Amino acid sequence: MSQSDLHHNFTPGPERLKAMLERMLLIRRTEEQLGADSRSGELPGNVHLCAGQEAIAVAVCDHLSDDDYVGSTHRGHGHFLAKGGSARSLIAEVHGKSSGACGGLGGSMHVTDLSKGMIGANGIVGGGIGLAAGAALSAQVAGQGQVAVAFFGDGASSQGILSEVMNIAVLWKLPLLLVCEYNGYSEFSASATVNAGLIADRARAFGMPTEVIDGNDLEAVWAVAAVAIDRARKGEGPSFIEAKTYRLRGHLEAEDGFLQAPYRSEGEIDQWRTRDPIPRLAQRLVELSALTATDIEALEANVAAEVKDALQFAHESEPPGMERVLSSVFVDQRP
Amino acid sequence: MVKMRLTQAINAAYFEEMERNERIVLFGEDVEVSMFGDTRGLHARFGSGRVRNTPISESAMTGMAVGAAMAGTPTICHLMFSNFALTGFDGIANQAAKLRLMTGGQARLPVTFVAAIGAGTSTGAQHSDTPYPMFMNLGGINIAVPATPADAKGLMKSALRGFNPTIFLLPRVRGATAGEVSEDSDFLVPYGKASVLQEGTDITIVAIGSCVNHALRAAKALKEDGVSVELIDPRTLVPLDTDTIVASVRKTGRLVVADEARDRCSAASHIAAVVGDEAFSSLKAPIKRVTAPNIPMPYAPALERALLPDPEKIMAAAMLTMAG
Repeated sequence: MSQSDLHHNFTPGPERLKAMLERMLLIRRTEEQLGADSRSGELPGNVHLCAGQEAIAVAVCDHLSDDDYVGSTHRGHGHFLAKGGSARSLIAEVHGKSSGACGGLGGSMHVTDLSKGMIGANGIVGGGIGLAAGAALSAQVAGQGQVAVAFFGDGASSQGILSEVMNIAVLWKLPLLLVCEYNGYSEFSASATVNAGLIADRARAFGMPTEVIDGNDLEAVWAVAAVAIDRARKGEGPSFIEAKTYRLRGHLEAEDGFLQAPYRSEGEIDQWRTRDPIPRLAQRLVELSALTATDIEALEANVAAEVKDALQFAHESEPPGMERVLSSVFVDQRP
Repeated sequence: MVKMRLTQAINAAYFEEMERNERIVLFGEDVEVSMFGDTRGLHARFGSGRVRNTPISESAMTGMAVGAAMAGTPTICHLMFSNFALTGFDGIANQAAKLRLMTGGQARLPVTFVAAIGAGTSTGAQHSDTPYPMFMNLGGINIAVPATPADAKGLMKSALRGFNPTIFLLPRVRGATAGEVSEDSDFLVPYGKASVLQEGTDITIVAIGSCVNHALRAAKALKEDGVSVELIDPRTLVPLDTDTIVASVRKTGRLVVADEARDRCSAASHIAAVVGDEAFSSLKAPIKRVTAPNIPMPYAPALERALLPDPEKIMAAAMLTMAG
C-alpha cells in the first residue's frame, strides 16, 4: 500500500459515532427485512443488499448536507438511508407502492430522493459515476461549495466511464469524491479474475489524491472522507477512495434459486463476519466508555420500531396508478 | 427577419438562450473550434466556466450532461456526429430517457444532446447514419429534426427553455442552406406541432430532415404534372404530430413518406403504420416509403446517390401512388 495522499487526523467524537452506529443499524435491519420479503416472494423485484458495507456510506455521507449530491449503484439502499432518505420511503418503494421514494415506479435499483441530494441508485453498473460527475459540474458552475460523491463497486471500475470521468474531473477540478466500495466481487466473479492491477493505481495515474483504506473501519473512512470532501469544497478538485469491504449477502437475494454451485466459500464469508463494521464500531464505543450494553439494546429497539413502522406503512399503501406513470415521463407533456 | 444558414440559426439560439439564462452550460468535443460552426464564438462570449471542450469521452459526456441537468443546470451536450451518440448511448438511452420515470417524476432533465445526421458527403458508414429510429424507441426523450433555419432556431430555443431531455439532430446537407429567421428573442417553435409547408388536395407527402428540401422540389415538379401535393414536415419525431398527418391523409387519400433513415423500424414505417391504423378507409392507394435500404452507407459518391432519397425518387413514388 502506498503512502497516504489524504492525510488525516480528524475524529468524529463519540456522539457522532453513536449516531452513525444507529444509521448503520437502520440500514442493516431495513435490508434484513427486505431480504426476508424477497425470499418469501413478497417483493415484485430483486434486491441487492449491502450488508457488511454500511460503514462506507454512513461515514462518507456524514460529511454531506442535503445540498450535496450522491450518485449510487444497484446496491443503493445504504446510500439512500445514509444520505437522509427515510426507511418508509425506501421500503414502500421496494414494495412497489405509490408512497415509495419514486412512487413505486423505480424499485430497489432506482431509489432516489432529490430533496436529500440522493440522485439515485442506478441499475447500470457505472451509471451513477457519470451522473455524480455531472452533479459536480453543476455544483462547480453554481459556485456555492456543494460537492458530489459517486459510490461504485470494484465491478464498475471496469467500465470505461470511470476512466473518462477521472480524466475530466482532474482536468476540470470538479468537486467530486469517487468512492470505490471494493467488495471483492463483480456480480458473481471474483475481482482478481476481472480486474488487472490495483484500482487505486488507476486513479493515481490521473494525478488524483488517492487512498486505500479498510472500508469496514468507520472511523478510518470518516477521516479520509473528511479531507477529500474538504478539498472538493475548497475547489481543489477530485479525490479517490478505495475502501476494502465485503458483501455478506449475495449479489442479489434471489441467487440461491439459480446458482448451481457457490462462487465463494463459507469460510471466506465467516472470516469477513468477524470484521463486520457494526459490532466493530459498537465495540470501539464500548472501549471509549461511550456506549453500554443497555444503550445498544435501546438503539436496536429504536431501529426495530422504525423498520416495523416502515413495513406497516408500505403494506397499507396503494400501488401506483397509470396516471402517475403518464405524468412522470415528461414535464408538461404527455407521452 | 434575417437570412441565415441552419447552423447560424442554431448558433443564434445558443447565444440568445445563454444570455437569457446564465445557468445554461454547453460542452462537447471541439466546441471552441466548432467543426459545424453552430458553437462558434460561444467560448469567447461566455468563458470556460459555461463552454467547455471535452476529451473524446462520450460515455462521460452523456452521463455528466444528465447528472448536471438533474442537479438543476440546463446542459447542452454536443456530440458532433450522431454515430458518436452510440458510444455514449448509456447516458442517453438508460439515463436521460428513463430517469424521470424511474424517479417517480422527481427529476427534471433539461439536457439537450446535439449531433449531426445524414449521408451524402462520403464520410463513410460510421459518420453517415440517421439514427433517430433508435432514439424514437427509447420511451422518454424528445427528438427534433429541423429542416429549415427558422425551425432550427425555434426548436432549439424551446428545448433550452424546457425541462425535458431532447436529442437535437442537424441534417448536415441542410446546414449550408439559407432561410429567413425571426430576430424576435422569444421566437419559439413548439414540440409536437408539424409544419404544413404547402397545402394540397391529391397526395400527402411527409418529409423529414434532409428529405424536406427534396420533397419541395418533387412537389414543384408534380404541380407541373397537375398533381396537388400537401407537404408536411413533422419537425419533431417525439412528440410526433400524428393528428396533422392523419387529417391530411383523410383529405388527400394518398401518402408518401420520405425519410433518409434506413427503412426498417423507421420514422417512415411508424408513420405509415399510424396512418394505416387511423385512416385506412380514406386510403385510395398503398402508402409508399422513400427511405435508405437496410445496409450501411458506402463511401463512393455514386453509391451514396443511388441509395439516398432524392427528388426524383420521391416523385416516382408519388406518381406510383397516384396511379394506384
